[in-house]
Amino acid sequence: MSDYNQMWKDLGLDIPNHEGLLNFLGEAYQGIYLSQQNRPKSMDYFDFVISEIHGLRVKEIIDARKVGKKGIGTFCVYVPEELVLAAGGIYIGLCAGAEVGTPQAEQYLPRNTCALIKAFVGFKLANLCPYGEVTDLIVGETTCDGKKKAYEAFDEITGKMHIMDLPNTKSEEGKKLWLAEVKKLKDKLEAVTGNKITAENLAEATKIVNEKRRALQRLAKLREANPSPISGLDALLINQISFYDDPLRFTSMVNKLCDELEERVNEGTGVCAENAPRILVSGSPMAIPNWKLHHIIETSGAVVVGEESCVGARNYRALTDESAASLDDAVEKIASRYLTIDCACFTPNIERMENIEKMKDELKADGIVHYSLQFCTLYMTEGFKAANKMKDFPFLRIETDYNMEDAGQIKTRIEAFLEMINTGK
Amino acid sequence: MLSTGIDIGSSNIKIAVIENGLIIDLKKTSTGFNPVEKCRELIGDNINGTVKATGYGRHLAEKAFNCGTVSEISAFAKGAVFFNPEVRTVIDVGGQDSKVIRCNRSGEVLSFEMNDKCAAGTGKFLEIMAHALEMTQTEFGNIKPSNSKLIKISSICTVFAESEVISMVGKGESKENIGYALHEMAVERVCSLTNRVGVDGIVSFAGGCAYDRLFVQLLAKKLNRDIFVSAHPEFTGAVGAALLSAG
Repeated sequence: MSDYNQMWKDLGLDIPNHEGLLNFLGEAYQGIYLSQQNRPKSMDYFDFVISEIHGLRVKEIIDARKVGKKGIGTFCVYVPEELVLAAGGIYIGLCAGAEVGTPQAEQYLPRNTCALIKAFVGFKLANLCPYGEVTDLIVGETTCDGKKKAYEAFDEITGKMHIMDLPNTKSEEGKKLWLAEVKKLKDKLEAVTGNKITAENLAEATKIVNEKRRALQRLAKLREANPSPISGLDALLINQISFYDDPLRFTSMVNKLCDELEERVNEGTGVCAENAPRILVSGSPMAIPNWKLHHIIETSGAVVVGEESCVGARNYRALTDESAASLDDAVEKIASRYLTIDCACFTPNIERMENIEKMKDELKADGIVHYSLQFCTLYMTEGFKAANKMKDFPFLRIETDYNMEDAGQIKTRIEAFLEMINTGK
Repeated sequence: MLSTGIDIGSSNIKIAVIENGLIIDLKKTSTGFNPVEKCRELIGDNINGTVKATGYGRHLAEKAFNCGTVSEISAFAKGAVFFNPEVRTVIDVGGQDSKVIRCNRSGEVLSFEMNDKCAAGTGKFLEIMAHALEMTQTEFGNIKPSNSKLIKISSICTVFAESEVISMVGKGESKENIGYALHEMAVERVCSLTNRVGVDGIVSFAGGCAYDRLFVQLLAKKLNRDIFVSAHPEFTGAVGAALLSAG
């Protein structure tokens, strides 16, 4: 790790605290990930990526920027990756998954702001996120109130923000607004990178992003097997890494893993007992290194078989139509693909309830754990909605943040939930 | 056939021993800093028959006594139906958690709700508030409905409620009135959990808070039904664990 000290210093990171963060992360990874039994061998690539979490990938981006590429930071699955890649940019999901820099963040944000928002502001203010430092542009979006206002503060701090105005509804007017916003982003990316987005480079970028989505879909499909060939923790990690790894390399590594998982499924090998309760986790995003809920569920004798989440199905469910006839057509197809995403920030958001139901059936889930970040009004409210819709199906709402202080209470709930499922089986 | 249930709660440890469907021993002590030692003091090193642990400290007991564990939710449902076979809804206001459970005639959990990540409405909340009013738990639970003008506590956070209480004391409000308002607020929280689960059959109020008479009275009034309190409400979890240990 120490090889990167100079690089981190040059990026202006707080070296002693950053080292503390990496040590903490290393220990957490050891305890949560490496202690798992029966992991697929091809997880070694993803273990390597984590061991280099603020190292090699950051260096790759720095090197790419030296030859003229631009780093484009994002926080949300609504920012079209195709456009970023077509303009020759590097798409980087920024750090938002650990309780870091909270006192600094609270100089800009109220205390009852969700942990994810506090974290991205905190990471920046505490100088602990190298990725933010290798961006030339950060694209935000008007998804929830907390993010909207936090982006204003973030722009004051970084001066790098571009905000996409995401509509609240999927009406005709909303669609028009969104298409205009996607076009605006295209212009912005062209200005920042100095590269023109053409029908050709956009078609190629679309293909790359779709291939990544197909690989993640393939992984999701393999988890339908009983017993599941991979733990929910490992699958969650892969989804988290999908937001910042090199897309071509990532896709090939996920496919390699899926080859191994296919063999496992054919042999009937799983990571858990065949009768282990199968849990679908649904709700707020789990940014890296937020592994809390999956860890609690999977150390209580169950296996997580799917994530109905932005860090999960919301990110890869829909492909972008590759049959565009022109550049304008391609941009329209991208805009309409992103508007299929069923985030709770939309009203109404009927699709999400249908998608939860569908995932539950396809994955043969025995129960749903609905996860809301504390103070995430949108998902908290939809948690009630989903619970009311599924009166006869085991459904547990969990509301929490990144802090481990309530881990015992959550474990009690999860264990009771699993006992309830096992009694009913 | 002997079976022992150990319930290590955040405030108290409860032990129940059951033989052929009859309670033959109940013991209780405060949890303190070394719950396993406290358990040993109560039950000795050698336990005959089957054992199961529940409560927040169940995983400590799991190692120390080489026994199985069960969540307090399952244990409370089982125990409550043992005390009264008609019970289908169980309410427990525990030290750090409030829970409402709906169960079937065998005491198996059908659904449950617990408080959010917040102490308001829990047993700890009542304890802190009694302390702030310089009242014992018994005095606090024996407050009589007052005839004078009723007041309302508006803070839903334990910390803020405490400072609200202090400012009310400063305004010369009577202890009884403040205590009554605090009970109302806590009961309201528990009722909203109860309504989410849905009330069925007889409602049992289990756990140590059932000794708080005002709480039970207000709960009955708010839910508009009789509340069943067993002879040993604080042992519901331990009894349930003992019964579940026998398989």
